[in-house]
Amino acid sequence: MAPEKSPANAIQAGSQIPLWRDERVLRIFAQIVSAIVVIGLLLLAVINFLNAAEQRGLSLDFGFLGEAAGFPIGESDIPYDPSRSFLYAFIVGVLNTLKVSIVGIFFATILGTLVGIARLSTNWLVSRMALVYTEFHRNIPLLVLLLIWFSFFITGLPDVEGSIVLPGPIYLNQRGIQLTWPRLTPQGAPFVISILLAIIMAILAWVYLRRYQERTGRSTYFAFVSLGLLIIIPIIGFILSKGQPLQADVPVLDGFNFVGGYDLSPEFAALLVGLVTYTAAFIAEVVRAGIQAVDRGQLEAARAIGLNYSQLLSLVIIPQALRVIIPPLISQYLNLTKNSSLAVFIGYPELFFMGKTTINQAGRAVQVIILIMAVYLSISLLTSFILNIYNRRIQIVER
Amino acid sequence: MSRKLLITVSVFVLIAIFAAACGTSDGGTEGTAAGYGEIVNRIKERDSVVCGSRTDLAGFGELDANGRNVGFDIDLCRALAAALLGDPEKVEFVALSAADRGPALQTGEVDVLSRNATWTTTRDAQWGNFTSVWYYDGQGFMVPVDSGITDIEQLDGATVCVTSGTTTETNLADAFRQRGLELTAVTFEDTATVYSTYEEGRCDATTSDKSQLFAVRGGFANPDDHVILDITISKEPLTPAVPSGDDQWFDIVKSVIFGLINAEELGVTQANVEQMKSSDVIKIKRLLGSEGEWGQADLGLPADAVAKAVAAVGNYGEIYERHLGSGGLNLPRGVNELWTNGGLIYAPDQK
Repeated sequence: MAPEKSPANAIQAGSQIPLWRDERVLRIFAQIVSAIVVIGLLLLAVINFLNAAEQRGLSLDFGFLGEAAGFPIGESDIPYDPSRSFLYAFIVGVLNTLKVSIVGIFFATILGTLVGIARLSTNWLVSRMALVYTEFHRNIPLLVLLLIWFSFFITGLPDVEGSIVLPGPIYLNQRGIQLTWPRLTPQGAPFVISILLAIIMAILAWVYLRRYQERTGRSTYFAFVSLGLLIIIPIIGFILSKGQPLQADVPVLDGFNFVGGYDLSPEFAALLVGLVTYTAAFIAEVVRAGIQAVDRGQLEAARAIGLNYSQLLSLVIIPQALRVIIPPLISQYLNLTKNSSLAVFIGYPELFFMGKTTINQAGRAVQVIILIMAVYLSISLLTSFILNIYNRRIQIVER
Repeated sequence: MSRKLLITVSVFVLIAIFAAACGTSDGGTEGTAAGYGEIVNRIKERDSVVCGSRTDLAGFGELDANGRNVGFDIDLCRALAAALLGDPEKVEFVALSAADRGPALQTGEVDVLSRNATWTTTRDAQWGNFTSVWYYDGQGFMVPVDSGITDIEQLDGATVCVTSGTTTETNLADAFRQRGLELTAVTFEDTATVYSTYEEGRCDATTSDKSQLFAVRGGFANPDDHVILDITISKEPLTPAVPSGDDQWFDIVKSVIFGLINAEELGVTQANVEQMKSSDVIKIKRLLGSEGEWGQADLGLPADAVAKAVAAVGNYGEIYERHLGSGGLNLPRGVNELWTNGGLIYAPDQK
């Protein structure tokens, strides 16, 4: 390519370069050709699919979603009964997926960070234990872990009458975990409002005071101020709701099962524990890599300018480690969400399970699969969109 | 240069991916909704019947000690292979979960679904064509004996283990809703998981077709600790089904079922089928193809199709005895007796 570009050639050929030798034209031409090829193949795939669907008599109509589902669902955070529509049942599945994913991501991040830091510990025993933990979980298929945890929750715990009682009270038995759950009393509204207010105020104070500190160099104790707001405002709300904003909804054994409280099924518990322990092993490696990626010189420099240990961590190590950690962490979060579909083997009614049941009860495989893919895609895109915003914020600002 | 290389490589990769994708769908056109005789031709070309079955239900479809498929539903597939291809071993069994059997039939992945599937009008409309009832069943409940439960009303608030994607699942919901009872359903796709989970005590009861409950209880560590309640909440006509489109194949499957039933009615057994070919009874001779016609030629079957089927697996009664009766689960025949003995098993004459 170089010769064509050289001025000597251009002069020899004069101002009229033949089209087939003009690099600019060729480039555009190549773009068009590859676009046609790609779009053509895509079209071919779609047409092929539509033809096959028609030949096999598979209808592509989504109208069935409005019909009554007819099947029961074991656990749902919104009121469900079998007279609701297939769409509603599907939404129950989506919410169940979101529930296990959000709770799972929360705990996996905490556990993963702890294990990751433990692996870097100078204590031989701690770092070896963390190593064994990560290697064990990284080398066993998630499905096997799930089945082990499931049989633990079913067979390892006593029956309902002989429940293990933890303070709370929390009941542990083979029907799951029954938690005493706080529910709002009629006069509880001021308390809820005060909590929301406290969170907003705390964030505002944090941001404003921190900027002020960065601008002027005067210590504003922004962390303490925020924490103080977080505590004081809810106390005011608590007094306003006559000291009784919440009441405990205690689970009570009635007939076959516990009634009241918040019920976590063994299926949910097994899925959650399986996903958390599995994903935490990967997050631990990500965290370890991130911390190790920070150059040793940075640490020494920070010491040299007299930062204390917590400043060293919060101002030097963590900001730089996060840059390395966040991108792979996003994909671990997505993995956890998508892996929750393995719940189909242990009977937790999440999105994929509800989809499969719908396929069978409504006989509309293609539409349901499209719906399942669309929902997973949306969840994944949304998760990475949010985390990418965060990622952009913590990247190095080039000056 | 390197960018050009990159583009070229990616284009080739893309083409390869799409080619692979198209290749798969081309390969799949084998399962296209069939026209008249297409499935029959496919079976003859392949020289085996693809039978959607199960391997996890004692009596109906399971594996014996040698890994061979055996069972009440399995024998029908063997009878079909014997009738059409002359050899009961020319069957390819595809194990299907309850949730997978509908799509497998819709896409024509299997030639026949013989996997204790309940015949419902919706399934008939969507999945394919249901042939003729092979076993009359009804949905019941199994509970631990020490629970003292005898009636469905006592199950208010109970946790019930059930297989997902079945009529059982929706019947359960209907039965509880109808009576205003509280229900927590724990559903699994895998039938074996449903029962092991129930046995471990995760559920207060489990529900399915009574024959299935009977079969499963026999496999429990302590069968006597569990009781099948004397209530039936649904009609479950378990019926083999074929993909839509090929009426010839549809008729063949029905004829073979009728043949096995008629053989029992006429006293033709696996042991005496050869002598019976020269019987004095015209009906028997016609059934076994040694005199006259009952439509074999039009269906593309050999004249002695039913004789071959009976020689391979026995008549309906013998199949029942072997797998569900004294040779197997010890399930009383009940409504699955011949109509001449007061049951519901009745087939049109083959003439």
